[in-house]
Amino acid sequence: METSINEKIKKKAAEPLQISGAEAVIRCLLAEDANLVYGYPGGAIMPIYDELYKFQDQLHHVMARHEQGATHAAQGYARTSGKVGVALATSGPGATNLVTGIADAQIDSTPMVCITGQVASHLLGSDAFQETDIIGISTPVTKWNYQITRASEIPEIMAKAFYIARSGRPGPVLIDITKDAQFEEFDFTYEKCDGIRSYQPYPNLSMEAVEEAVELINQAKKPLLVWGQGVILGRAEDEFKFFLEKSGIPAVWTILGLSALATDHPSNRGMVGMHGNYAPNLLTNECDVLIAVGMRFDDRVTGDLTTYAKQAKVIHLELDPSEVNKNVIADVVLLCDCKTSLLELTERISKKKYPKWIQRFDELDSIEEKKVIHSDLNPTKPGLTMGESIAMINKYSKGDAVIVTDVGQHQMVACRYAKFNKSKSNITSGGLGTMGFALPAAIGAKMGAMDREVVAVIGDGGYQMTIQELGTIFQQQIAVKIVVLNNDFLGMVRQWQQLFFDKRYASTEMVNPDFVTIAKGYQIQAKRVDERKDLDQAVKEMMNSDKPYFLEVCVEKEGNVFPMIATGASVSDIRLE
Amino acid sequence: MEQKIFTISVYTENNIGLLNRISAIFLKRHINIESFSTSESEIKNVFRFVIVVKMTPEKVVKIVKQIEKQIDVIRAYYHTDEETIFQENALYKVKSSSLFEERHIQNIIKESHSNIVTVSPEFFVIEKTGFRRETEQLRKDLEPYGLLQFVRSGRISVSKAKMKISEILNTFNNNNI
Repeated sequence: METSINEKIKKKAAEPLQISGAEAVIRCLLAEDANLVYGYPGGAIMPIYDELYKFQDQLHHVMARHEQGATHAAQGYARTSGKVGVALATSGPGATNLVTGIADAQIDSTPMVCITGQVASHLLGSDAFQETDIIGISTPVTKWNYQITRASEIPEIMAKAFYIARSGRPGPVLIDITKDAQFEEFDFTYEKCDGIRSYQPYPNLSMEAVEEAVELINQAKKPLLVWGQGVILGRAEDEFKFFLEKSGIPAVWTILGLSALATDHPSNRGMVGMHGNYAPNLLTNECDVLIAVGMRFDDRVTGDLTTYAKQAKVIHLELDPSEVNKNVIADVVLLCDCKTSLLELTERISKKKYPKWIQRFDELDSIEEKKVIHSDLNPTKPGLTMGESIAMINKYSKGDAVIVTDVGQHQMVACRYAKFNKSKSNITSGGLGTMGFALPAAIGAKMGAMDREVVAVIGDGGYQMTIQELGTIFQQQIAVKIVVLNNDFLGMVRQWQQLFFDKRYASTEMVNPDFVTIAKGYQIQAKRVDERKDLDQAVKEMMNSDKPYFLEVCVEKEGNVFPMIATGASVSDIRLE
Repeated sequence: MEQKIFTISVYTENNIGLLNRISAIFLKRHINIESFSTSESEIKNVFRFVIVVKMTPEKVVKIVKQIEKQIDVIRAYYHTDEETIFQENALYKVKSSSLFEERHIQNIIKESHSNIVTVSPEFFVIEKTGFRRETEQLRKDLEPYGLLQFVRSGRISVSKAKMKISEILNTFNNNNI
């Protein structure tokens, strides 16, 4: 009896439903488990918003204050939840305002589906009100995009959009839907997409390559592993940890890989790249085997390629064929998701330890500690440092918080000093370096991990690029903690001006408003700290609050981030001062 | 590394916007396209782009991977001139009076193995298929007689080696039954 009822229900679901294109969009979103979307309404997407109104008990729409904010929120949500983020916008300026977030998601491999309204199909190309060629504009920064002009296309295209966004190397997809297609009624049925003939997201691992890699690893005397976001995107954190624990290989991270392995794990030896740690950068040019896992040898990581790890045999674990041999030529390529390839490697490698090699890290670490870290974290001179502010957040988060950062000095300092116990906890704009990312991304990050503390750490410059999203936080009462590290400068650019442009501070000094008053205008609890003695209490109060909270920390004006590898210099030329 | 001529062949689905997507890959890298042509391929509903570029072998590998990365691209290949059979097509519009007044022009047409496509009282049109140097030579030869219009197609080419597109598509179909 029961089965027959179930069958009936199933049958009913499979029966076509006569609905509008707009309603179909909502049903597609629900079928893809997207019950939270960010967006901003407008003329060309009104039919979809009308359906959002009807479906509001099943699908939560968060209205941003600017479409860019909606995309970054969707990104933050995707990065903490591991699901596809969704952003909606109207045609014309609504659509163009999405572009920065889409480009950010593309370069940082974030699964996102953006849906834009478009003028009615008979008006396409007529320069109609709020018409823009968003397909043309978004083409270079999307994994895929498509314009829908008939309602009947919606189910198949939406299914493809979600499949493409989340599979393989994830990325953003934009679907542009003309207004007439949103109104048009048709027979709706939905089928999830599980493959596209022209798209192979998961290449088959070559076991021959695995054997070659195992041989190199087993013979290595000074191996080094660099990991990136691929470990997180591939949900391979456990496999990664097993590999490290068996192989005994010291591992270092790119900023997007950060948090995939706990900070205090003994194999975790710090950060590579322009403002990374001393040992990881220097030893890149001393190791004999370099194992790159889910990372793409970005120029901020490698510095001068002609002097990067030339002495080492390179093993590259990578999912995207176009990243293989793009910047660094690999001796062995494991073209596959790293969950699989790490498992295969771990099974075959010998259990080893490298006490002498590890000692090199310890030696260099102590130099960095003495020259940089100690004074960053335990300053004695007046003027708060960014480092001690992050350390104070660590004290109360105990490494359990999600830290969302913007772009610039505070970002580098946060990545260097923030402690993490869990994966998917470091949310930042890496490849694109999008100032204004953090505040909206923190909203999404919190909504993607409601049980976790989310702290946005932002500079005074980037904060003002998307400060309007305080309105979203206020309206939604999203309990994010906002820490603005205010030095009244665009600090990173100022640092470069100091080091490379003879201190000509062109347009980097900022005359800032009273940030506390602004936060209070949104009825967000707010506090300013400018003395060391008040920092502990202020951070404690913020972390103990269960509501949105704003904390401005006035830090020293002309602090610099070290170590540093100048643009185009070798990783061996890392400077400590 | 030295730059060479490469013919890139791209098999794609028939989707609006794909041309833009592929040309954007070249634009982003500041690469000039020597010629570009697109048509249906030997497989129903599968299109083929033939793109000619001048670049280093090192760069063409990366470009082809970027093209292949596009969702609607089934497969992309690159070949040197030695690895392909290729031709271009050119049309030459000449005043009809010269055909009758200048006897020599008839010899040019004959010797170049070109064809007369149409003749009207005002003009006639010659067609020539061949290598660039051949269509170029004919243009030089006809120029003294007053070339009213000249146009040349992009390169079309087939590879000597198999491209195995049907196999790729069949593998997908078999895996998804």
